[in-house]
Amino acid sequence: MRRRFLVPIGRFMREHRLATFGAVLVLAFLVTGIFAPLLAPQDPNKINVRASLRPPGAEYLLGADNNGRDILSRIIYGARVSLYISSASVGLAALVGVSLGIFAAWYRWSRAIIMRLMDVLLAFPGIVIALTIIAILGRGVENVIIAIAIVQTPQFARLTHGLALSAQEQTYVEAAVAGGESDLAILTRYVLPNILAPIVVQISLLIPGAIMTAAGLSFIGLGVQPPTAEWGAMLQLSLTWGRLAPHITIFPGLALMLVVFGFNVLGDGLRDAMDPRLQGRS
Amino acid sequence: MARYIFGRILMGIPILFLVITAVFFAFRMIPGDAARIIAGDEAPQERVEQIRRDLGLDRPAIVQYGSYLANLFRGDLGTSFSSRRPVALELSERYWNTFSLALAAITLATILGVGMGVISAVFRGQPADHIVTILALLGISIPVFWLGLLMMQLFSVNLGLLPAAGYGTWRHFVMPTITLSVFSIAFITRMTRSSLLETIQQDYVRTARAKGVRERFVLLLHSLRNALLPVTIIVGLRFGYMVGGAVITEEVFAWPGLGRLLILAVAQRDIPLVQGLLLVFAASFVLVNLLVDIFYAFLDPRIRYR
Repeated sequence: MRRRFLVPIGRFMREHRLATFGAVLVLAFLVTGIFAPLLAPQDPNKINVRASLRPPGAEYLLGADNNGRDILSRIIYGARVSLYISSASVGLAALVGVSLGIFAAWYRWSRAIIMRLMDVLLAFPGIVIALTIIAILGRGVENVIIAIAIVQTPQFARLTHGLALSAQEQTYVEAAVAGGESDLAILTRYVLPNILAPIVVQISLLIPGAIMTAAGLSFIGLGVQPPTAEWGAMLQLSLTWGRLAPHITIFPGLALMLVVFGFNVLGDGLRDAMDPRLQGRS
Repeated sequence: MARYIFGRILMGIPILFLVITAVFFAFRMIPGDAARIIAGDEAPQERVEQIRRDLGLDRPAIVQYGSYLANLFRGDLGTSFSSRRPVALELSERYWNTFSLALAAITLATILGVGMGVISAVFRGQPADHIVTILALLGISIPVFWLGLLMMQLFSVNLGLLPAAGYGTWRHFVMPTITLSVFSIAFITRMTRSSLLETIQQDYVRTARAKGVRERFVLLLHSLRNALLPVTIIVGLRFGYMVGGAVITEEVFAWPGLGRLLILAVAQRDIPLVQGLLLVFAASFVLVNLLVDIFYAFLDPRIRYR
């Protein structure tokens, strides 16, 4: 059993070197986020006025920000915030979007309403939708999660709708209908399991977008509020202090880019592995 | 062709109408006393009442919706809470700033994106392809605001070559244009590459090769023309998004455009202004899509007769 599981992973790692590198970055991000309190050398919110804007050195490995807070520790704790926001929002979006997509495919009368509503959401860039939700609900971590979930719901609904439309034409679904199973049982036990793989890939492709949008919202001051250590919020300080101390700009952005890059190449690799026809095309 | 264009214009109207309706009712979903929340906890009671009257929150929702539509038809988008000026005026003052930036960015993105995509596809599997592929991956992964901040540090602070912020001369355009276009450059590069690789496998390309057409001409005349069809759609889509999506770029470079206005409006919960901005963004998006569809039908006769 274990072997059966490990062999394809080994082959994937040989054939998709870049994706494997991405997986390593993603893993590092997960570990950092989960074990932040154990990994951070200092308290991320400890203010030390005398260390203000201190460049990288022995005591502050990646330097200190304008309040003399340790940038490395803030990046490590920032991973935790990003991990929480992105997994919660993408999870919520997947739950709602997949349900809507399957529902719209199965109940024809609901198709026009649900899918047109999704079209409305898709007529705006993600950041605009997110800002609109913030205008309605207010700032704060929970509202950022809801905002990003609403941004990404149409992506899941569209994908799922298409997949479910073809899945429900299969003979085994027909058999289940003939066997008198309830709609709920058919959708959750026959349709959903057969369209799950591309949805999982979609999740890995949308997480970087969620991380980026959350950081963007915090950067413009409408997302995670200070003093919480968050990468976008850390970069907001650069607008004021960046010219005096480039290190406060460089490191949080680098962390953000590496994580997003990791998810992107991993997602690409997974998609290629699932659909060999696309190999190396995109 | 005229019938097709007319049909497409008709198709755009319901989407706009849906957007107007959705935007209107979304702001009626503010939990609790909307007027109090918009005014803030410390605002005096008369300010709350004034907002309630301004927004018409004391009337039934359907009546509010009717008068909102009627006003909209007359070009009246309401009055901004924070500036007390007509929303339509606020928008028209800034529209050109954002539009010109988006236009510059999409031009740059199309030239570089298509160019790099073609190079990548032509030299498939060779070092040039790998370099372009990695660059494109970095392009979709780099946070726009970080890129903006880094460029500002290098070109404004260290080298003193370009103004760090503001609007005016062509020099003000350089960094915001690059920042806004990077994601699209990468996106268009990837699309062009995959689209070109797909058309190379088509029958008509094989026929051209079999006829003995030179490889360079096969690529340029037979493959590229067809491969660029889906790319025009992506270019249009990206441009439609840029008008609204310049939010972060505008914030980094203090660009006096619609995106920055949106941030301001959201921070102050200036609902009429947010609504007006959303309408402008949606209208731009629908309009750009319409133009792209017409352009596409012009390029590809198969579409017109579907």
